[in-house]
Amino acid sequence: MAWDRNQMAERAAQELQDGWYVNLGIGIPTLVSNYIPDGVDVTLQSENGMLGMGAFPTEDEIDPDLINAGKQTITQLDRTSYFGSDTSFAMIRGGKINMAILGAMEVAENGDLANWMIPGKLVKGMGGAMDLVAGVGRVVVVMDHANKRGESKLLKECSLPLTGKAVVHRIITNLGVLDVVPGGLKIVEIAEGVTLDEIKAVTEATLI
Amino acid sequence: MQKIYDTPHNALSDLLFDGMTIAAGGFGLCGIPELLISSIRDAGTKNLTVASNNAGVDDFGLGLLLQTRQVKKMISSYVGENDVFMKQYLANELELEFNPQGTLAERMRAGGAGIPGFYTKTGVGTVIAEGKEHKDFDGETYILETGLKTDISIVKAWKADETGNLIYRKTSRNFNPAAATCGKVCIAEVEEIVPTGQLDPDLIHTPGIYVHRIVQGKHEKRIEQKTIRVT
Repeated sequence: MAWDRNQMAERAAQELQDGWYVNLGIGIPTLVSNYIPDGVDVTLQSENGMLGMGAFPTEDEIDPDLINAGKQTITQLDRTSYFGSDTSFAMIRGGKINMAILGAMEVAENGDLANWMIPGKLVKGMGGAMDLVAGVGRVVVVMDHANKRGESKLLKECSLPLTGKAVVHRIITNLGVLDVVPGGLKIVEIAEGVTLDEIKAVTEATLI
Repeated sequence: MQKIYDTPHNALSDLLFDGMTIAAGGFGLCGIPELLISSIRDAGTKNLTVASNNAGVDDFGLGLLLQTRQVKKMISSYVGENDVFMKQYLANELELEFNPQGTLAERMRAGGAGIPGFYTKTGVGTVIAEGKEHKDFDGETYILETGLKTDISIVKAWKADETGNLIYRKTSRNFNPAAATCGKVCIAEVEEIVPTGQLDPDLIHTPGIYVHRIVQGKHEKRIEQKTIRVT
């Protein structure tokens, strides 16, 4: 059985290291905060100007001045600090954020990432994604291995406009975990119940 | 020095003109200068170029100016929450310049800081790098982006004192400090104006030198994605 969204998030949470400052993208990556392993103390950064993000609020705790990058209401922690967007992206660009976990539409075998635009159809914008992939220490992508038509989203070359060139380090899909290595992608883990042949069948990218 | 205005209309009326450029604070609907935006809508000023991280939602925030077709061009990083925007853009009725969020914030900061250009790695190798000067530093390639200067900035803060010193609250700070610096005239709408001397000088977020006009008002503070945890 392939991993579902929560299992993918749980696997991604294993990438976190103690003491790290981490940015979680919208979508499946936000679920990673539900699975932070015991003994691993990470500080979550929200690009809109907050370090140290807490859980979602209860009804009583809702504060319209306190939201995350996905515009959801959240809470703060003892360690929380607030700052402006220019400072937020200074710490991102300046390499102070250890890891970003984001979603993807396509990843190429050299680590190119496309996750912000489908020309003529989906033109929402890149938000902070381009800054994040250009600035953080490690980029981990969480994505479906294939699209709804069963076509590979791990490609030789991205067809969609890029978010960043050769920025991805590790890809976690519903089928397993792959690393970007010289020459292509290397399968480092296969989800329980999934076979190597199944992964190969839906991977267009060169597998090392 | 009298910076306090009694209404958003009076704070803006002699500043507005068709074709002007505006920098606006806010992230989503959080920390947006909602009263000043409504006032610009009421004034009907058109062919606006607005630099703001987002474009509001259809019926709130900058979305109001899109509904009335007062906006000619948006400079933003993410406009996904606004269907009116998407329709106008795909029908070529509206210009859109995507700036990565960090680049936009830094453009506003730089514009207000006398830095006409700066280099960033953000966007290298993507469509937004097209036509921009590339330069290598320490073996890595960066692109040149320009400081942004606008006719006015409209920002939202929590409190101001009478000299224009501002403090913001939590994540409603976001783009407001940078936006406050890059307009020729900055108008700040606040929840409370306190007597000068009541704000701790060590805790001022935007010094009053950047703020030309202050208007106090009541804010709706709409929540875009109310998300709660069930106990």
